[in-house]
Amino acid sequence: MRKLILVTSLLLAVHIALLFTRRNAKAEGKETSSVRIGIVLDVGGRGDKSFNDGAYAGADSATRMLGSNIRFIEPGEGADREAGLRLLAAEGMNLVIGVGFIFTDDLANLAKEYPNTAFAGIDYALATDANGNVIPPPPNVAALKFREEEGSYLVGALAALVGHSKKVGFVGGMDIPLIHKFEAGYRAGVKKVCPDCQVIVQYAGVTPDAFKNPGKGKELALSQYNQGVEVIFHAAGSTGQGVFEAARATNKLAIGVDSDQNDEAPGHVLTSMVKGVNTATYDAISRVQNHTFKGGIYSFGLKEGGVGYIYDDRNRALIPDSARARVEELKQEIIAGRIKVPSTR
Amino acid sequence: MNPISFGTQMIRIAVPYLFAASGGVVAERAGIVSLTLEGFMLSGAFAAVLGTNYSGSPWVGVLCGILGGLIFSLIHAVATIRYRADQVVVGVAINLLAIGVTRFFLKLFFASSSNSPRVAGFGGNINAAGFDNPLLWLGLIVAPVMAFVIYKTPFGLRVRAVGEHPDAAESVGVSVKRVRYAAVALSGMLAALGGVYLALDQHQFTDQMTAGRGFIAISAVIFGRWDPIRAALACLLFAAAETLQIQLQGSHAIPSQFIEMIPYALVIIALAGVVGRAVPPAALGKVEA
Repeated sequence: MRKLILVTSLLLAVHIALLFTRRNAKAEGKETSSVRIGIVLDVGGRGDKSFNDGAYAGADSATRMLGSNIRFIEPGEGADREAGLRLLAAEGMNLVIGVGFIFTDDLANLAKEYPNTAFAGIDYALATDANGNVIPPPPNVAALKFREEEGSYLVGALAALVGHSKKVGFVGGMDIPLIHKFEAGYRAGVKKVCPDCQVIVQYAGVTPDAFKNPGKGKELALSQYNQGVEVIFHAAGSTGQGVFEAARATNKLAIGVDSDQNDEAPGHVLTSMVKGVNTATYDAISRVQNHTFKGGIYSFGLKEGGVGYIYDDRNRALIPDSARARVEELKQEIIAGRIKVPSTR
Repeated sequence: MNPISFGTQMIRIAVPYLFAASGGVVAERAGIVSLTLEGFMLSGAFAAVLGTNYSGSPWVGVLCGILGGLIFSLIHAVATIRYRADQVVVGVAINLLAIGVTRFFLKLFFASSSNSPRVAGFGGNINAAGFDNPLLWLGLIVAPVMAFVIYKTPFGLRVRAVGEHPDAAESVGVSVKRVRYAAVALSGMLAALGGVYLALDQHQFTDQMTAGRGFIAISAVIFGRWDPIRAALACLLFAAAETLQIQLQGSHAIPSQFIEMIPYALVIIALAGVVGRAVPPAALGKVEA
């Protein structure tokens, strides 16, 4: 029995030790500001070529341009997310940022415990009351939201304009309202330029595993490509790696998400729907630095440069000029408010 | 729905289950609980990508993957056989350890906490639908081979003996520990191949990419009543359900939540004795012996 306890506790100790593999990244500002900023990254961490790297990039430019003093924490699974935020708040950081909707509840709770600290949550999920009215975040929390549906609308239009089969696909990760925003915008964009196009929508699952299952993503994409779909937009985290793999295998096209994913399958990535996580992060930091920080809802869409799509030397050959012109036209209409993009399906 | 695309997709989805379930059957028939399949698969997947990345050859990757599974299975074996630790507790710890270790080395070798660079793999012919991958064919024959090993070879007889009645086996001169070590090691290598297939098919490792497949494989072992062929058929059944879900999802004919619970619901049905009595090996999970 003693041996059992020994072995088990040894294994658990090793495991816990590995979970806390934190990167003690430190800002190397030329002249460090007295304002201190702490950022807790989402699961996935740095090197995800997406969300976390976006936040890191925004913080990095804040370090260079504003001399911010930034500390990062990269948590492992589960509960130490909250511990990370708490640690930074307790250390007296002026601003604590949680990267990802998963931090929502923890931020709301900590904001009450540390009323003098500013908090910001990227993709902060706003709750609604019984009448469907949005409940605002606590007064010292900035909810940094993106209008993903607007960027998705544009890539949907592009997918329909570039494909010739009247069928376009969508692969979502977990079947939740946050991902439905992408789907709704995408669908509306497709229908705008091609009313008789069919949008095939599939989700990888109903648990958080659905964002980490490239094997499933590949099979979903293969089945769509086999049905005649030519372009698939994924909003599925690393499950999307499987979508790119399927695009390579069948010589079709895929659309990346969150950041420019061209490198995942060069020649098969039509474009990427990018989220300006870096812009939002930088914006929040600079507000704290010039003492203009206020809690509330900050929404980043096409108008604010918070979302967009990639068009550069690497994918120009895949996009005909006429398609590009049409999409730019739609973009201006959305910015001008003449097109309202739905955010629910 | 096209029957050919249905069949090929079902088989591609089933391959990781087939490898892992075969491994699970061997270990459990020897009396060791196989909650660890998920961890073995994950470590195999990572080791395969590591080996392929540095050698350029997927075959070296396959060998490294097998080695990765072997290392984890030996940790499991030492803890449960030598130190007689509770097999379920160690099993859970092994799975968590595999997640932590793969993520740690992912960062160390590839400076990312989410995915590795792209590596070489097998096949790639557009028209082959994945059937130009030798691991897929290996996956299809692994269950019959394991059935032969378990029922027709002296080793198999010993495995069954130590799983049913270790004292009797010991009394006729069979080393219970040695047989169990071998069975757990074999299960680690087989399950790892499931992870290897998954990783090389994706040409990269992504964090926690096995996504619960090891648990589906355990479900198949139980639903198949600890018989390699029936477990393999259970794997194909679960894969068929998943394929059905993929191909019907667009039409919203069946809620996807419902299809996702099929393997687990079937296991409960199997354990409740609805489809014949599910009797585990008598010494399964027993610490003494």
